[in-house]
Amino acid sequence: MNYRRLMAVAAVAGLVSGVAGAATLDDVKAKGFVQCGVNTGLVGFAAPDADGNWTGFDVDYCRALAAAVFGDAEAVKFTPLTGKTRFTALAAGEIDVLSRNTTWTYSRDVDLKFTFLGINYYDGQGFMTHRSLGVDSALDLDGATICIQTGTTTELNLADFFRANNMSYEPVPIETNAEARELFFAEACDVYTTDRSGLAATRATSEDPDSLVVLPEVVSKEPLGPLVAHGDDQWADIARWVLNALIIAEEKGLTAANVDSMMANTNDPEVARLLGTEGEYGAMVGLSSDWAANAIRATGNYGEIFDRHIGPDTAIGLSRGLNALYTDGGLLYSPPFR
Amino acid sequence: MNSVSYVRTEMASVRPAPKMYVGLVAWARENLFGGWLNSVLTILSILAIAFFLVESVPWVFQSSWTATSLRGCREAIAATYGEGVSGACWAVIRERYLQLLYGFFPSDSYWRPNLTLILLFVALAPILFTRFPRKMLWFSAAYPFLGVWLLWGGSLWDIAVIPLGLAVGCAAFFAIARAFGSLPGIIGAVLITLLFWIFLAGPLAGILQGIIPFLHLESVESAKFGGFMLSTTIGVTGIACSLPIGILLALGRQSDLLIVKSICVGFIEFIRGVPLITLLFVASTLLNIFLPPGTNFDLILRVIIMVTLFASAYIAEVVRGGLASLPKGQYEAADALGLDYWKSMRLIILPQALKVSIPGIVSTFIGLFKDTTLVSIIGLLDPLGLSNAIRADGNWNGIVWELYVFVAVIFFVFCFAMSRYSMYLERKLETGHDR
Repeated sequence: MNYRRLMAVAAVAGLVSGVAGAATLDDVKAKGFVQCGVNTGLVGFAAPDADGNWTGFDVDYCRALAAAVFGDAEAVKFTPLTGKTRFTALAAGEIDVLSRNTTWTYSRDVDLKFTFLGINYYDGQGFMTHRSLGVDSALDLDGATICIQTGTTTELNLADFFRANNMSYEPVPIETNAEARELFFAEACDVYTTDRSGLAATRATSEDPDSLVVLPEVVSKEPLGPLVAHGDDQWADIARWVLNALIIAEEKGLTAANVDSMMANTNDPEVARLLGTEGEYGAMVGLSSDWAANAIRATGNYGEIFDRHIGPDTAIGLSRGLNALYTDGGLLYSPPFR
Repeated sequence: MNSVSYVRTEMASVRPAPKMYVGLVAWARENLFGGWLNSVLTILSILAIAFFLVESVPWVFQSSWTATSLRGCREAIAATYGEGVSGACWAVIRERYLQLLYGFFPSDSYWRPNLTLILLFVALAPILFTRFPRKMLWFSAAYPFLGVWLLWGGSLWDIAVIPLGLAVGCAAFFAIARAFGSLPGIIGAVLITLLFWIFLAGPLAGILQGIIPFLHLESVESAKFGGFMLSTTIGVTGIACSLPIGILLALGRQSDLLIVKSICVGFIEFIRGVPLITLLFVASTLLNIFLPPGTNFDLILRVIIMVTLFASAYIAEVVRGGLASLPKGQYEAADALGLDYWKSMRLIILPQALKVSIPGIVSTFIGLFKDTTLVSIIGLLDPLGLSNAIRADGNWNGIVWELYVFVAVIFFVFCFAMSRYSMYLERKLETGHDR
């Protein structure tokens, strides 16, 4: 590849044009795909299959976004990112949106200058132990050895929880989830602590899930969601309302299968507005009028995405819990579409 | 008078040596059980090996090759070998070996990396073995460009204009050097080459593409590179580029010219003082911030550059060790013959210095090749990164050893081959005066 030439040309062009404040939507439309940052591999949330196609809960959000912009769920390219590279990639504009099970925190929102688009998964840190230990509350864990991933918020939460309850523990620092599994199953540590979705996945795929127990305590709030960089409110609006549209779709009973028939005949004015058969809501944000219908047709509503990748019938087997609609006792609540 | 009381007239029949002193028994007595300490160590070692085999062989062979998930593997193994047997789930390798080898490269284009690898050996043959015809070196020189074209695709002409620019630069050097001397020659040649690349290369490639349009392969973006293909691409490019740069750095470090020397020393000491992983982070995150927004500077190219710089610094020190091992008389002899600097280096000093440095150079190469797995930390899906991604598939969550064993075996084959070649080369270049 003639990178030297490209580089030189790009450098000159960059100097001449300065920092162009182009709209992300125009850039995305010009290049013809959404560049989406995802996890390098997290069960249920993002993983490449044998043919190299990315699948997962976070991945489907990107596909819905691509479908909303282009009407084509395949108009998306994925950049696998680690916990260390994800924020610089977004800040440097290498990706248009980051959908990588990222916890919404104050400093990430304010100091790192990102716009969180909402919450697509309410997670929380939990504990898992061997049933043989006979422990049924995290408050009985005084003196336990605990496998903990270093350099994460889970490490800090753990320290806070034990200090608040005046207990001591012995940390076993580990680097990856796979390492933690091996140590935990070999009983090198009594307890493994990470997000409860991760615990559920580890437990479900162990040789004997019944020998493991996830303790009831949840010691942190981990609201996960997609995010974009500061500085382009139009793009943030699009990305936020794609997420909201998926949630509204579940609320209104719109699915990938019935979205076309609902478009033709619905009596619900909000559904009509969402699917673009009433009003000019797409044009307000620079999209076609049927953008939400395209997104729902591509991936299904929030509930369908959840069930497909992390729901009770999958290897992970998570129940909806906090991630149910507010009408079902959960926290999912989208602002109205009007 | 001699009085011979008895002279034997025929040879006595040869009897076999006592059993204690020949064959396996003697070998074992001598090597394994010579003394009580050795005997104890031998028995302990045999026990350790036996323990390892008893634990691992059933795991390797009481396995499942056909299941489609880890759960399926466990069920199949339990059904075949009885409950409670834990065996390897090689099915994951069967399902994913192509991905581990080629990453996300389009499967109908697997011939391209394959061909690139085969041509790599063709290009290496005249460099590594002297019995191949010297004319093949022309192919070796063209290979880097051919390989880039095969891997990344696009129009051959886009790539062909780069060596063309080099040729133009060389011609300019000779023309200017004849008229104005060698320093203006070098400066002019570099300028003309750069100008050619920036302004002429693009349109020229377009014109050539218009004339001969069929040399066009489907473009494959770097994001599709992964697995061993990625490791080999980074490793081979790094190895090929770091040797010449390393030699130049080593020579520069010995130079009498202050600026050249300080640049070389500064570069070498800086790079050697910084961990490779730091350089990779610089490549993946920091460079973005310095480059103008919207620049798409390929991540793999950035990584290759960093890996090359890193390896060059080490090679430079290895070569410097070789240069230092030559007696001063060799340098003086070269001067006495009236050779200029480059000739004396090329004909007298470097052949001897490099020969001494071979083991160090090759072990640096092996280290470089294995270090390519560090790129998984910056999100490139090399074999180790892919093993994590495969584990993230709900079907294979929980698989650990099978993937690592597969990756380890392939790495071993590559590295072992390199180390064998280095030993062959040492034997071949052995001229008898070890020092």
